[in-house]
Amino acid sequence: MQYVFLYAGLYLCILMLLSLYRAVFGPTVLDRLVGVNAIGSKTVVLLILIGLIYGRVDMFVDISMAYAMLNFIAVLAASRYFQKRKGL
Amino acid sequence: MVNREQHEASSQPMGHESGGTTAGQRRGLRNVPACLLTFAILFCLWILLSGRFDAFHLTLGVISCIMVTLFSVDLVFPEGSLQGIGGTWLRFLGYVPWLLYQIILANLHVLYLVFHPRMMDLIEPEIIRFQSKLHSDLSLVTFANSITLTPGTITVYVSVDGDFQVHAIDKKSGEALPGEMEARIARVFGEQ
Amino acid sequence: MLVIALLVVGLVFFTGGGVGILRFPDFFTRLHPAGKLDTLGSLLMMLAVAIYNLEHFSWEALLTSLKIMLIVLFIFLSSPTATHSIVDAGIRAGMVPWRKETPEEKAE
Repeated sequence: MQYVFLYAGLYLCILMLLSLYRAVFGPTVLDRLVGVNAIGSKTVVLLILIGLIYGRVDMFVDISMAYAMLNFIAVLAASRYFQKRKGL
Repeated sequence: MVNREQHEASSQPMGHESGGTTAGQRRGLRNVPACLLTFAILFCLWILLSGRFDAFHLTLGVISCIMVTLFSVDLVFPEGSLQGIGGTWLRFLGYVPWLLYQIILANLHVLYLVFHPRMMDLIEPEIIRFQSKLHSDLSLVTFANSITLTPGTITVYVSVDGDFQVHAIDKKSGEALPGEMEARIARVFGEQ
Repeated sequence: MLVIALLVVGLVFFTGGGVGILRFPDFFTRLHPAGKLDTLGSLLMMLAVAIYNLEHFSWEALLTSLKIMLIVLFIFLSSPTATHSIVDAGIRAGMVPWRKETPEEKAE
């Protein structure tokens, strides 16, 4: 059963590479923001999977919750920061 | 410009609530049930997050929950009355499974679009606008969140009096929009 | 068994999100898979982990599972807000959504 979680985590990492392509080569700033948001929402799941692999879910759940809140605040702050800029 | 209107709309009830300090204090003392309910919710959250049941941690939890309750009881219950809160929550719990079902259906539709080889011919993005019948803040927020949560549609702009602009990804997800979901939310929050 | 099925379905939704971000033509349409296929995918995967965590029942495991469902609740509240915020920034920056009428000149 550990291997299932391991391969699921690896697959999530590959998907994060896809989103990283959009975050690096995105034509506009907001495209990069979309990519970063997608990476963040995958990281929340990946942290819990890492916790299952190491057998310490009770600790990694807190880290994952903090990361979810941090991701939300970061996206909100960045999109407020970039508003009203013409020609993104 | 648009956002300023929204901010004013959301901060309107709070400003009205704490008009003067004496009035605010009298009001805070009067609705003891709202304070107790807020305290109960916060304390459940504390127990869930801390996960320890010895006396030291529980005392810390009680102290910090009392402080946060005193700060933010006006935020949680802006109207200050508990009339009909329980019924609204029960009906909202009945609304959630329907919403999940709709989310899954619409997700499958977007998944089909994503993996379709001729995706460019299928999608037809457009911004549609309509006037909603809902008028309280909470129901408007719930409606906008539900629209964004069902894939194929994103709320672009909401105003206080229910003016919606929605970005729909194709015709099929756009045309079903103001219909059943609005009626259900109106039933949940008791607005007909 | 249920755990593996939920994990795989969640990964399928995540794959849809990742591929959709790459394939769609402009960022308004890219937000559709990014913001919401990811939300449902994380709901399913977290549900799988919460069920697997309850396999050997204890009160601490129940607490951890409740915490996981609390994360899911938070994601369901925050993800539409983040999506709306990005769309709002794009509209106010003066971006025009991609339209179907002139696909040749817009797609190039």
